[in-house]
Amino acid sequence: MTTTEREHTATEEWKAVHDGPEFATLRRRLRGFVFPMTAIFLGWYLLYVLLADYAHGFMSIKLFGNINVGLVLGLLQFVSTFLITALYVRHANRNLDPIAERIRDELEGIEPVEVRR
Amino acid sequence: MMNLAQGIEGDNPVLNMTIFGLFVAITLIVVLRASRNTKTAADYYAGGRAFSGPQNGIAISGDYLSAASFLGIAGAIAVYGYDGFLYSVGFLVAWLVALLLVAELLRNTGKFTMGDVLAFRMRQGPVRAAAATSTMAVSFFYLLAQMAGAGILVSLLLGVSGDLGQSLVISIVGVVMIIYVLVGGMKGTTWVQIIKAVLLISGAAAMTVWVMGRYGFNISALLQGAVDKAGPGGEALLNPGAKYGISDMSKLDFLSLGLALVLGTAGLPHVLMRFYTVPTAKEARRSVVWAIALIGLFYLFTLVLGYGAGAIVGKDVIEAAPGGENAAAPLLAQALGGPVLLGFIAAVAFATILAVVAGLTITASASFAHDIYANVIKKGKVDGKLSEVKVARITAVVIGLVAIVGGILAKNQNVAFLVALAFAVAASANLPTILYSLFWKRFNTSGALWSIYGGLSITIVLIVFSPAVSGGEKSMFPDADFQWFPLSNPGLVSIPLSFFLGWLGTVLSKEHNQDKYAEMEVRSLTGAGAEKASVH
Repeated sequence: MTTTEREHTATEEWKAVHDGPEFATLRRRLRGFVFPMTAIFLGWYLLYVLLADYAHGFMSIKLFGNINVGLVLGLLQFVSTFLITALYVRHANRNLDPIAERIRDELEGIEPVEVRR
Repeated sequence: MMNLAQGIEGDNPVLNMTIFGLFVAITLIVVLRASRNTKTAADYYAGGRAFSGPQNGIAISGDYLSAASFLGIAGAIAVYGYDGFLYSVGFLVAWLVALLLVAELLRNTGKFTMGDVLAFRMRQGPVRAAAATSTMAVSFFYLLAQMAGAGILVSLLLGVSGDLGQSLVISIVGVVMIIYVLVGGMKGTTWVQIIKAVLLISGAAAMTVWVMGRYGFNISALLQGAVDKAGPGGEALLNPGAKYGISDMSKLDFLSLGLALVLGTAGLPHVLMRFYTVPTAKEARRSVVWAIALIGLFYLFTLVLGYGAGAIVGKDVIEAAPGGENAAAPLLAQALGGPVLLGFIAAVAFATILAVVAGLTITASASFAHDIYANVIKKGKVDGKLSEVKVARITAVVIGLVAIVGGILAKNQNVAFLVALAFAVAASANLPTILYSLFWKRFNTSGALWSIYGGLSITIVLIVFSPAVSGGEKSMFPDADFQWFPLSNPGLVSIPLSFFLGWLGTVLSKEHNQDKYAEMEVRSLTGAGAEKASVH
C-alpha cells in the first residue's frame, strides 16, 4: 500500500468513526455539559461584576458582623468555581472517559499511530 | 551607587539576598539534575510529557501566580479594600474556561504550541506565523511587566535604589533565568515553578494563619481591625467602589477588565503550553483541577493578607513605603515575623518573578523555533529535531537579553498596563481563534488570520490611545496627550470585535476542509493518536 493510499484509508477511518453513533453520543455528552455550564458560570460571574460595579448599596448591606453581601457573593464565586470543577470531573469520569477510551482503542488498534496528518 | 537606606525600614538586605541566593542554588541543582534526560524536542519543549497531573497543576499555579497577583492583589486589598478582591475572583473563575473548553482538547490535538492546533486543518504557513506572532507579543508584554516589576522589588526589598544597582539586579535575574531555560528546558523550568509554588503557597498559608490567629480566627474581627486602623471613612474598605467607583468611565473600565481577566487566562500561551507536559488529556484535566484548588486557596489567603496588612501595618504606612501598594505583603511579613520572615517573603517574591519569566521565555522560544523556524522557514523539513531545539535555545538567549534590556529601560516607567495588555491580547487574539478552531466546523485559515491579527492590532491600537499610555497623571507618558479611547482596558471592545472578525473572515472565504475537521474532532475528543510521553 502506498502512503497516499494509506492516508486515504486513514481519512475514511476517521470519517467512519466521526459519523458513527458512539462518537455522536460522546460529542453530545461533552457539548451538552460544557456549553450550558460555560453559559452559567460566565453569566453568574458577569452578574457579580455588574453588581460590584453598579450596585454599591446592595453589596454594602451587612449580613452579620462586618460580612457584607459583596464579600459573601465574592466567596460564592469561589464556591461555584470549585463546585463546577467537581461536577465536570465527575461527569467526565463517568460519562465521557469510558466512551472516549473505547473509540481510541478501536482506532489505535486498527491503524498504526504513526499515520499522521 | 547602591543606596542601602531607602528600602523598608528594619529590612536586612544581606539576609534577603542570602535566602534568595539559597533558592537560586537549590533550583539550579534541581535544573541540572532534571536536564540529564533532555534530548528530543518533546523533552525540551514539553518535559518529555512525563509530568503527572498534580505536578503540572502545582507548576501551573507557580506559573500563574506572578508577583502581580501576590504583591499586587494583597496590596490592592490593603489600600482599596474590596476592589482589590475583585481581581482575584476574575483570575480564578477564568480557569473554568480552561478546564471545560480548552485544556483536554488542546492536549489531544497539538504537540507543543497553539500553532499546532490551528495548523491541523488549516494552511500551515500563515496560521503558524500568526499564532507565533500573537504568542510572542503576549509573552513579550508579560515579560516586560515582570522585569520592570523586578526593578521595583529590588528597591523595595533589597534596599538597592541606585540606578546601577537596580540594573545589576535585573541583569542577574535575567541571566539566572536564561540558565534555567537553556540548561533545563521545560523540565527544569517546571521544577523551578513547582519549588516556587510550594514556597509561595506555604509562605502565604503560614502568614494567613498567623494573621487570623491575632484576630481569634474571626474574619469579621479582622475586617474591623482594618476599618479601625484606616481611621475615619475606613468603612469604605469593606464595600466596592474605592478604586473603580469614581466615575462612570472607571466603572466601564472595570467591566472591561473583568471580561479580559476571565477570558484571557485560557489564551495565555505559557498556560496553554503547560498542558503539553502531561502524558494524556486526563492528566491535563487533573492538572487544571489541582491548579484551580491551589490558585483558589491562594487568593483566599491574599484576602486575609490584604486586610491583615491594612489592619496591622496600616494603609497610610503602606502607601508611603517605597513600592507603594506592592509593599503591603512584605511589610506585613516584617510586622509578624521580623526580618527573617520578611527575608523569606522577599526571596519568594524574587523566585516568583524568576519562575514566571522562565516560563514565558521558554514559551516564546518554542513558538519561534517550532512554528516559525521548523514549519514556516524550513517547511517541516528540519534536519533532525535537534536543530529545532538548537534554534529554540538561541531564541531563548535572545529573548532573555531583550527582556534584560527592556526591563532596565522600563524600570522607572509605569508599565502596569502591560499586564492588562497581555490579558487583553490573549482574550482577543488567542481565545476566539482557539475556540473556533476546536468547536466550529466551518472555521478556516482566513478566519484564524482575521481573528488573530485583527484582535492583536485592535487591542494594541486601543491601548496606545488609551489613558494608560498618555493624557493622565498615571500614564506612561504623563506629559503627552494623544489619547482618544477612554478605557485603560480595551477588552470590552476588542474581545467581541475579535470574535466577530473570526466569524467574518471565515464566511468570506470558501476554504473548508470537512474531512480534516472530522479527524480533528475525533482526535480532540478521544485522544486517539495523541502525542505520547517519551520513554527514557
